[in-house]
Amino acid sequence: MQRHLISAADLTRDDAILLLDTAEEMARVADRPIKKLPTLRGRTVVNLFFEDSTRTRISFEAAEKRLSADVINFSAKGSSVSKGESLKDTAQTLEAMGVDAVVIRHGASGAPYRLATSGWIDAAVINAGDGTHQHPTQALLDAFTMRRRLVGRDAGIGRDLAGRRVTIVGDVLHSRVARSNVDLLHTLGAEVTLVAPPTLLPVGVETWPCEIAYDLDGTLPKSDAVMMLRVQRERMNAAFFPTEREYSRRYGLDGERMARMPEHAVVMHPGPMVRGMEITAEVADSDRCTVVEQVANGVSMRMAVLYLLLGGNEPAVTHTRPPAAQQSAGERSAHTFDTAEEK
Amino acid sequence: MSRILIRGARVLGGEARDVLVDGETIAEVGTGLSAEGAEVVEADGKVLLPGLVDLHTHLREPGREDSETVLTGTRAAASGGYTAVFAMANTFPVADTAGVVEQVYRLGREHGYCDVQPVGAVTVGLEGQKLAELGAMHESAAGVTVFSDDGKCVHDAVIMRRALEYVKAFGGVVAQHAQEPRLTEGAQMNEGVVSAELGLGGWPAVAEESIIARDVLLAEHVGSRVHVCHLSTAGSVEIVRWAKSRGIDVTAEVTPHHLLLTDELVRTYNPVYKVNPPLRTERDVRALREALADGTIDIVATDHAPHPHEDKDCEWAAAAMGMVGLETALSVVQQTMVDTGLLTWEGVADRMSFAPARIGRATGHGRPVSAGEPANLTLVDPAYRGEVDPAGFASRSRNTPYEGRELPGRVTHTWLRGKATLVDGKLA
Repeated sequence: MQRHLISAADLTRDDAILLLDTAEEMARVADRPIKKLPTLRGRTVVNLFFEDSTRTRISFEAAEKRLSADVINFSAKGSSVSKGESLKDTAQTLEAMGVDAVVIRHGASGAPYRLATSGWIDAAVINAGDGTHQHPTQALLDAFTMRRRLVGRDAGIGRDLAGRRVTIVGDVLHSRVARSNVDLLHTLGAEVTLVAPPTLLPVGVETWPCEIAYDLDGTLPKSDAVMMLRVQRERMNAAFFPTEREYSRRYGLDGERMARMPEHAVVMHPGPMVRGMEITAEVADSDRCTVVEQVANGVSMRMAVLYLLLGGNEPAVTHTRPPAAQQSAGERSAHTFDTAEEK
Repeated sequence: MSRILIRGARVLGGEARDVLVDGETIAEVGTGLSAEGAEVVEADGKVLLPGLVDLHTHLREPGREDSETVLTGTRAAASGGYTAVFAMANTFPVADTAGVVEQVYRLGREHGYCDVQPVGAVTVGLEGQKLAELGAMHESAAGVTVFSDDGKCVHDAVIMRRALEYVKAFGGVVAQHAQEPRLTEGAQMNEGVVSAELGLGGWPAVAEESIIARDVLLAEHVGSRVHVCHLSTAGSVEIVRWAKSRGIDVTAEVTPHHLLLTDELVRTYNPVYKVNPPLRTERDVRALREALADGTIDIVATDHAPHPHEDKDCEWAAAAMGMVGLETALSVVQQTMVDTGLLTWEGVADRMSFAPARIGRATGHGRPVSAGEPANLTLVDPAYRGEVDPAGFASRSRNTPYEGRELPGRVTHTWLRGKATLVDGKLA
């Protein structure tokens, strides 16, 4: 594992599987009456949110608290960063207060990368979504959800998603979720197809490790998982598509379309859903839709990320250990939780 | 006035010659010239060029003296071998009146490091709505001949047409910053494979090419000349090549950074690589070099764009666009064009002195190195190799993309009308 989690593309297959397996162990903790581990006791994590995002912040906060970290929430609303205090000053202020990890959500693509690589701070940086670039923990929790549903909770341990067919539908152009998912799913051996109107696919997408299709109906029967992306209504004002109605007709998922999917196939959505736009209520509320499960899995997944990046109870580990040796974090993880669990 | 003997220099990269400067003028070029009464500069192995002329510099004064002033900018110019620079109009206030251009012009003359030829804005406040008083700026002491809204595109086709027509009356030229504004809303980098991955707003090549195509056709229609600023794409090269083959009076410039760097560097999210137009692809870089070699692109211009540290020490989206370039331009051109065999030193003299002086009508600059000509000269040591250290820059700003990069060649001496502005690499 690396010191920071900036992009899903930085994860090797082994990294990813270690993270998924660790998240399964974390999930077991959630099934217990006392859902807390002492793992990060005495460590401070700041949730530095420059963009509004209630669900992601709460998910990280829940994960941090279950690991007994001290949590600071810092929300700098809007995009006034460049006007007032700089990202650098904000980060340095927080580090001066003794922060071990920074979970950052920022509207500017690359802001977490800058934070991690500019020598501004020493803390571990976890990307909680940057601009239209990456959202690696979302991709991890999605992969976790897919592995559970398509491979099996126990059967999935140690395994990847080889051969599973994942279709991602919607506003790929503006989606960090799509980018992260394409990277991680490819690493895990899944076959990804992006479906969108050509206006909502970036120029250059043809080099991504996935297939591109404009026709949803043709793709659905060949999908093990269909991930619907949120489509903001205001996109139609910039001529990305003519009307909301036409968008849902061509790219929305309703009951009729869902019926074309294989029996075992699941419907996913990173949330928040725009019901009536990319997904109908019938689909959103069906058993095949994993939206709520994804939220629950998000907490376990983020616990795994924090645990592996911050090296459990060994404060010096992440700052001094050479990268080559960090792989061994996983060997520890297998036994640490049960013994360290609070009674 | 003093006499200087530059001994054994390869004039324009040719055979070794002695060049005798007397006062403001070159007195004699030959071999075995007498050093009597003259200060001798040994130039064995060095290349003597006419003083370089930059058609595209941002000196920032008035208004942004925290990033550059006429003094610091012209010192940087002298360090880079320049004897004349054209100062862009996007200052605060904008150089759209005779008063502002005269101020900038006079500051340049007073400091004496490098002639400053102000560029006048095409439209009032660079707003693209109403023509600035182009004639008044031309008739002022600054004698403005180049007009540009650089930083912004004169996107309204009618305003562009009128400007092209109007400046014909006094031999002016409009230098267009070709950027279709609607296609580049929120643009952060070249649109392509890298922007798709990085999730940064794309600046498509077509936004530049469509404006250049329109402008060369407008120039043909009204019989004016037009100059294209910082041409950056392979497609733009094709359009300019076509226009020239049709006899359209178009000239074009390329920056040193577009000759060397590509958008792959943006993967670092380091805003030192953020520039407008953006760094393009390897394919574009190759096309630009070939076009500069074959003359489709007429000149190299720096687009020297100083910014204070804090405007680059931030996340990509919040950072200012632009790079300093005066002090590294010749080295980059040597590496990309001379050392690759694409251009001779004579060619460098043309692209960096003769041609820009001709386009900008800079009298006394871009002249041959021969007896009777003004002694605007640059002496280069092409054998030098060294890492770029921004701490040593004369510019007030440090936003160079070449920090730590090894570049060939070094300007050792610059003379402005016989007066040394740079001696042994140190400002006089």
